[in-house]
Amino acid sequence: MVDSVFKLVTGNRLRDGTVIYFAGAGIWTPTIAEARLVEERDGAALLADAQAGSPPHPAVAPTLIEATRDGERVVPVTLRERIRAGGPTIAHSGG
Amino acid sequence: MYRYDDFDRKFLEERVAQYRDQVRRRLAGQLSEDEFRSLRLMNGLYLQLHAYMLRISIPYGTLSSAQLRGLAYVARRWDKGYGHFTTRQNIQYHWIRLEDTPDILAHLATVQLHGIQTSGNSFRNITTDPFAGAAADEIEDPRPYGEIVRQWSALHPEFSFLPRKFKIVLNAAPDDRAAVKIHDLGLNLRRDAKGELGFEVLVGGGLGRTPILAQTVRDFIPRRDVLAYITACLRVYNQYGRRDNLFKSRIKILVQSLGIEKYRQEVEAEFAAMGAERDELDLPDAVVAAMQAQFAPPAYPDARGDEAELSRALAAEPDFARWVKYNVKPHKAAGHAIVVVSLKQPGRITGDCSASQMELLAELADKLSFGEIRITHDQNMVLPHVRKAALYDLWLRLGAAELATSNISLASDIICCPGMDYCSLATARSIPISQALATNLAKREEEIGPLQIKISGCINACGHHHVGHIGILGLEKNGAESYQITVGGSDNAQAALGGIVGPAVAAHEVTATVDRLIDTYLRLRHAGEQFPDTYRRVGLAPFKEALYVAR
Repeated sequence: MVDSVFKLVTGNRLRDGTVIYFAGAGIWTPTIAEARLVEERDGAALLADAQAGSPPHPAVAPTLIEATRDGERVVPVTLRERIRAGGPTIAHSGG
Repeated sequence: MYRYDDFDRKFLEERVAQYRDQVRRRLAGQLSEDEFRSLRLMNGLYLQLHAYMLRISIPYGTLSSAQLRGLAYVARRWDKGYGHFTTRQNIQYHWIRLEDTPDILAHLATVQLHGIQTSGNSFRNITTDPFAGAAADEIEDPRPYGEIVRQWSALHPEFSFLPRKFKIVLNAAPDDRAAVKIHDLGLNLRRDAKGELGFEVLVGGGLGRTPILAQTVRDFIPRRDVLAYITACLRVYNQYGRRDNLFKSRIKILVQSLGIEKYRQEVEAEFAAMGAERDELDLPDAVVAAMQAQFAPPAYPDARGDEAELSRALAAEPDFARWVKYNVKPHKAAGHAIVVVSLKQPGRITGDCSASQMELLAELADKLSFGEIRITHDQNMVLPHVRKAALYDLWLRLGAAELATSNISLASDIICCPGMDYCSLATARSIPISQALATNLAKREEEIGPLQIKISGCINACGHHHVGHIGILGLEKNGAESYQITVGGSDNAQAALGGIVGPAVAAHEVTATVDRLIDTYLRLRHAGEQFPDTYRRVGLAPFKEALYVAR
C-alpha cells in the first residue's frame, strides 16, 4: 500500500534559526507532529496562510514540503527534510 | 603576527555597531529577509538546515592563543561547545542564534577576528602554507605578503561587485602545502636568477561543478610590482567575467574560454597601461620590511641538545615514535619541530574541535609554541614552534584530550565537508561516510602509506574531492544518497584532477569499494610510489576493472 502524501509548511525561526512547522492559525511549532497537514491540492492555500501576518514574520523562508503519516508520526518524504526534523544523524563534538 | 592598528580596531567596532542595528531592525520587522540576507552574509552569517551558521575568517590560517581562546569562548557560550575548522582555514559554528550574533561579533572583535568577506562575491580568506614561518624548506615567510594582499583586497572599492567569489592563496615553499592550483589566484614566492624575490602568478583554478587547475599567467613578477599585477589580473576578470550565469562566473571559466594566452595578453596590456597607478600600487622594500617585523620569528632558545633527549623518548615509547613519524615536521630552527595536531581521530567528526580542546591548545601554544597556532586546509591544527625536548610531554597532554592521533597524511586523515547533516547546499551526507572509512582503514593505514581521501557532500566540492587520491562526491539519485568515486587526484605541486572509476555506489557500498581501490593500488604500486604516482603510471583502467569484476 502506498502511503498518502500530505503537504506541510516549514521554515526556520527568525530569532534563532530553529526548524519550525506551521500549525495553522498563525501558530508555528518546533514539533513536526503538530504541523498542519493538508492534501496536495490545498498546499498553495496553506503556504499563503503560513506567509500571512504583519512583520516580523516568525519564520524565515516558509516552504511547502511533502510528508507521510506513520501512525502518530509525521515523516518527511526527502532525506534532507527528515534530517531537518530529526537533527544531524551523527553525534555532536561538544565539550 | 599582525596586530590591528587604531584604524583596524575602529573600523571593526563601527562594523559591529552597524550590524547590531541591522539585526535589531530585522528582529523588529523593519527589514525583510530579502533585505537582511546580504547584510548578514557580509558578516559571515548563513542560514543552514538546523540553525544559523557563523563563519569566521582566520587570515592565512594563523591564530594567536588569545584568538583561539576567543573562539573557544564563542563555542562554549553561544554554540553547542564546539567549532568546525574548514578547508578554507576558517572556523564555522553550526548552532548560532541570530539574536546572539551582535554580541558574538563584538567579542571576536576584541581578539581581532571577524566574519567579513566569508561569503558573497568578494575576496575570501587569504590562505597559505600552515607551516609558514616555520618550515625548513620555505624561501621566506609568506604571511607578511598575505597580510599585505589582505589589506589590499579588504573592501576594495573597485572589486566590490566581482562576478563571483575570489580565493587568493600564497605559497613560499617548493613543496606546495597550500593547494595553490585549486585557487582563483595563486602567488608562489620565487627568486629569479639574480636572487631577486618575486612571485609566479597562477590564475583560474577552482573545483566545484567545473574543476580546473590554475595556470601560470606570469612566471615571475618582481615583488614590488605584485599588487599592480594582481590588480591587472582582477581588472580583466571584473571586466570580462560573466555575470549572466552563476555557473560560468568564476575566473576559471573566463580563463578557459579566452585561453591562457589571450587572458595573459589582456593582463599584460592592462599592467603596461597603468602608468602612474603603478606608483600608487608600488610595494617598496620599506613597506615589506615593516610588515615582516610584525611576523618576526620568535627568539628561539639554543635547543641543539634536544636531539639526544628526543632520541631517548623515541626509543622508549613506540606509540610516541609513531606520532613523531607522522605528525612532527622539520622546522627551520635547530632543535625545534612543527607539530600537526590531528582533528581526525577515527569515528569523530573531521575538523570539529571542542571548546575544551581549543583552550588546551591555547595553553599548550603559550607554553610550548610562542603562543601561535595554525589551521590547515586539511582541517587539522598546528603548533608551529615546539622544542624537540618538549615533544614527549606535549604528546601526553594531547593524548589525554584525544588530540594525539598519529595519522597525518594517512588514510584516516580524511578531508570532509559537513554535508547534509548541516549544510543547506548538500545533496548527501559526508560525515558518516568519512567516519566509516576512517574506522575501517585505520587498522592498515601504515601499510597503505600516505593516502588522501577527500569527501564532498555536493558538487560545490568544499571537501576537495576532485584532488583526493581517492575522491568521494555525495549525490542524490532517485531520492537516495549515492557516491561517485574518483581516483588519482592530487593537490600538491603536481596537482591533478581524479578520474571517475565507475557508476556511483550506494552509501553502504562505499567502504568496500574504497577497500577494493586500495587493494588494487597496493597490488600495482612499485617501491617508493604513492597513490598518484601509481595512477599516473597505470591509468584508470585497473581501478575500473577491479570494481567491474566485483560487481
